[in-house]
Amino acid sequence: MSAGHRLAPPAAIARHTLLLLTGALVMVPFVWMVSLSLKPPGEIFRTSFSLLPEEWHAIENYTKALTEVPLPRYMLNGVIISAAILVLQILVCAPAAYALAKLDFRGRDALFGLVLIGLLIPHQVLALPLFILGYNLDILNTYAALIFPFVVSPFGIFLFRQFFKSIPDDVVHAARLDGLSELAIVWKIMVPMAMPAVIAFSIFSVVSHWNDLFWPLIAVRSESLMPPPLGIMAFKNEEAGNDYGPLMAASTLVVLPLIVVFLAAQKWFVEGLGKGSVK
Amino acid sequence: MSGVSFQNVQKSFGPVSVLRDVSLDIADGEFLTLLGPSGCGKSTLLRILAGLEAQDSGSVSIGGRGVDGVRPKRRDIAMVFQSYALYPHMTVAQNMALPLRMRRLSPWQRLPVFGRLLPGTKRAGGEIAAEVERTAKALGIGHLLERKPGQLSGGQRQRVAVGRAMVRHPAVFLMDEPLSNLDAKLRVQMRTEIKELHKRLGVTFIYVTHDQAEAMTLSDRVAVMLDGELLQVAPPQEIYADPSERRVAEFIGSPKINMLDGVVRERGLIDVAGSTLAVDIDRDQGAEVTLGIRPEAFHVADRSGPGALTGAVRFVEHMGSDLFVHLDMPGVAEPVIARLLAERAPQISAGQTLHLGVRPNRALAFTREGARIRPRVQWTPAAGATVTHLREYVQ
Ligand SMILES: Nc1ncnc2c1ncn2[C@@H]1O[C@H](COP(=O)(O)OP(=O)(O)OP(=O)(O)O)[C@@H](O)[C@H]1O
Ligand SMILES: [Mg+2]
Repeated sequence: MSAGHRLAPPAAIARHTLLLLTGALVMVPFVWMVSLSLKPPGEIFRTSFSLLPEEWHAIENYTKALTEVPLPRYMLNGVIISAAILVLQILVCAPAAYALAKLDFRGRDALFGLVLIGLLIPHQVLALPLFILGYNLDILNTYAALIFPFVVSPFGIFLFRQFFKSIPDDVVHAARLDGLSELAIVWKIMVPMAMPAVIAFSIFSVVSHWNDLFWPLIAVRSESLMPPPLGIMAFKNEEAGNDYGPLMAASTLVVLPLIVVFLAAQKWFVEGLGKGSVK
Repeated sequence: MSGVSFQNVQKSFGPVSVLRDVSLDIADGEFLTLLGPSGCGKSTLLRILAGLEAQDSGSVSIGGRGVDGVRPKRRDIAMVFQSYALYPHMTVAQNMALPLRMRRLSPWQRLPVFGRLLPGTKRAGGEIAAEVERTAKALGIGHLLERKPGQLSGGQRQRVAVGRAMVRHPAVFLMDEPLSNLDAKLRVQMRTEIKELHKRLGVTFIYVTHDQAEAMTLSDRVAVMLDGELLQVAPPQEIYADPSERRVAEFIGSPKINMLDGVVRERGLIDVAGSTLAVDIDRDQGAEVTLGIRPEAFHVADRSGPGALTGAVRFVEHMGSDLFVHLDMPGVAEPVIARLLAERAPQISAGQTLHLGVRPNRALAFTREGARIRPRVQWTPAAGATVTHLREYVQ
């Protein structure tokens, strides 16, 4: 990244103040969550405000979070579900998007119209039909029930299609002359060239399915299949009371991997965007 | 044998007719240039030949074998694209190796890690790498193999694109305006290199350009294309000196050919621009014709009279060894441009009256509709004179 031009001090101060304030506003709940996860029960509901606890209760809270409920199990479930969804989504979306962007066939525009409609329908609307479908297929209360409804992502198809459209036709033509099959073009040429879009989509997908509560609540009962948010909810219901410390500790542990993954991917992301494609 | 033949090929995109009834035979090993203005359908014709687009009607054959419906990769054709179309995420070496990998390795052998363990992969891979390196060295890009296309200059990218097409020894080489993104100097240099490449490979080249100088210097034959129609297919000298119709004459040559309307006075004599020229055509008295006279067909005459045109000099452009003299002539709407050798022309200045003679047989006659009227004595390339002029004009 280049340094760019320097702003005059007053403008720079104003701009940075605004950015810091917005940033802080977004951060407050997270900071509060971490802060609570360090405090003993007595301090949590105290009227006086302090970020750091007077009496450190971190070890107790985190031990409780990790031992009283199978939090590691929930997290493992989260990894399995998010990863499976992401892999299957890309496997389905990339070829579909390629066909919509670069192949000429009758009804293509109508199909793309359907994708756009799919984009408009919130997932919650489909919950009941999907539940019944899952029941009929007898996959409720399995990993399949958690994964299968998300495999076809209209958003993914739309995003990839837009990106593929911006890749010149000549590149596809060159690949055909070089002897690549249509599927090879998708995986060896289009997807690598669309890396920024793939990474952006991956972040979006993983975050939303890691954090999803609504569908798992409907689809699974058994604790061994629960993804993290559902697990935490179960935790809250069981433990009840005003023992928010361990709950916040569990929440902190649940969002931690996302933050780590995001920070790692961010570097890539910026790199991918910076390089761009070659005319 | 891998000549190429188009028979009555037509193509439209929706209501727009892009190619109208194109028929063209290209000999094995020939260097043919498709020359035409932007949007006339040159790239479309190449894409049809490569199998990347399907024609609406007509047929295409390569090496005597009909290829309609044959997939691009089975046509033994390589193409250098107008935009180069390199794969930005692969290194130069990977870009150039891809066509070979796709042809020589089995799908299993191409798998990322597992493929390397299979028997034969290592040897084939080594051969491919060696060939890529050899080709890259021949093109002067041997030191760039590990770079990505984004880290190359335009000229280097162009060579990579040529290299990717070359490595697999195609029977037909298609080049779609490969030099259009380069600066003038590099363009001239690459022109020579392409010519040498053709000589070395000896395969059929079809080269697309809208730059006449490229067409004239490179080709065995030039096919002039306008609005999806092939107007004339002939060697460069012939296209220049003996155009088949007015549109070809006007498209080729810079500055543009002068078009003067005239009337036949009697057989072999034409009244034009207030004077009379001897042009040996088979038209009767009173016939309306248009004479096309190239700027370099003029020479300075000492006096007016039959065989010379008279005009008032508007202004003079000095181009080093040449002068471009713009003149107003009676009865001619547009200024007439004459290209005169600086050393032979006396001091010429604006406002002066100038008499210009026309070299024998250099006035081309057309009907008012634009069809060519050939001289009664059949044209033979007066090789010496014409080629010298070509050279001058191409420089
Ligand atoms: N896929 C397409 N859909 C619709 N029209 C097209 C398509 N491809 C080409 N055309 C039209 O066909 C005409 C010829 O295009 P083509 O690319 O063959 O021109 P060209 O002679 O190569 O021009 P240039 O010198 O600018 O590359 C143009 O008018 C173009 O707009
Ligand atoms: Mg073109």
